[in-house]
Amino acid sequence: MTSVWVAVGIGFVLGTVARLAMLRTDFRQYPSYPHGYVSHLALGLIAAFTGAVVVPALILEEFTAVTFLVLVAQQFREIRGLERKTLERMEETELVRRGAGYIEDIAKVFEARNYLTILTALAASSVALFFQRSAWDLGPVGALAAGTAAGLGIVLIGKRALDRQPLGRIAVVREGQVHFKETLLYVDDILIMEIGLAEGRDAYERYGRGVVIEPKDDNARATLANFGQRQAIAHDVSAILGVRKDVGTPEFTPLVRLDLDSGRAALAVVPIEPDIEPLLAVVRRVPVIEGARTRPLATRPGRQAAD
Amino acid sequence: MAVVALATDKVLPGGVPVFVASGPEEREKVAMYLSRIMDVQVHDLENGVYVLVKH
Repeated sequence: MTSVWVAVGIGFVLGTVARLAMLRTDFRQYPSYPHGYVSHLALGLIAAFTGAVVVPALILEEFTAVTFLVLVAQQFREIRGLERKTLERMEETELVRRGAGYIEDIAKVFEARNYLTILTALAASSVALFFQRSAWDLGPVGALAAGTAAGLGIVLIGKRALDRQPLGRIAVVREGQVHFKETLLYVDDILIMEIGLAEGRDAYERYGRGVVIEPKDDNARATLANFGQRQAIAHDVSAILGVRKDVGTPEFTPLVRLDLDSGRAALAVVPIEPDIEPLLAVVRRVPVIEGARTRPLATRPGRQAAD
Repeated sequence: MAVVALATDKVLPGGVPVFVASGPEEREKVAMYLSRIMDVQVHDLENGVYVLVKH
């Protein structure tokens, strides 16, 4: 009986550690602290426990328990919907929207992280159980060590596999010059928008900053063409550096627009913090959202068209 | 959402209200007020007409 407790215990602990390690107020400024943490941690604990008890329950031939566990696992599918709903409701109160693409991406990540928690707990508990019940009996301490190693292994592999590319890896991000041709706002040679009010043009000329994003290949070009990806850039920049804007001043909503000839994108923003280096750093670290990740170069027509 | 014009010969009565300003300064001011009131963006058509658009 001890062996089962050891296995469930180590699975539960490792699963919780895995969820904790993946739970940080990261670059997207989400989830919020502390309440967002608590709700995700609570779900993480349930996920860890679910993963930890599956194999021991099977070994003890508790099939009713296993059936219920499968039912519990189903619940995690709802996390995505839950996150999506919250973020969509929050859109109304954001000065610069995240956009549907980014929201879907964040929701997907939260769902996947819970599955990874289950997987970690499952691996740790099964390995711990194996090294107590099979011919290679290591005793409870050895089994704990083996379970820990297996769990940590899954965490590391999972983190690497689920690690999202930052924009800086697929594109060159550099400063661009904000200027006007009559009333048209440009960053370098890329048209951003038309600003009718002299007051707005004045603010852009004084405080405006421009960033040019040059895709490194055709895959990156397709990604940048995705409107959701560009909205994510605008959102992250305003979330981190602030934006000189309040309700009722739509001309100060940061926009990312494409140069259709070269595939380059440009961002014009009037940030509260005018330093250019942090601005470039923020843009480089915007995650490439999954829905925007397109790989035309992986197909034959795509490669043929590329040259 | 609305149009702010310097002269009436550039716009015809359509679906949106047309405000006629007596000079560039008044046009700018009226357009700015309307923009802030209705949360709409001002676009300059560069023929004396400002058009206010909700994006």
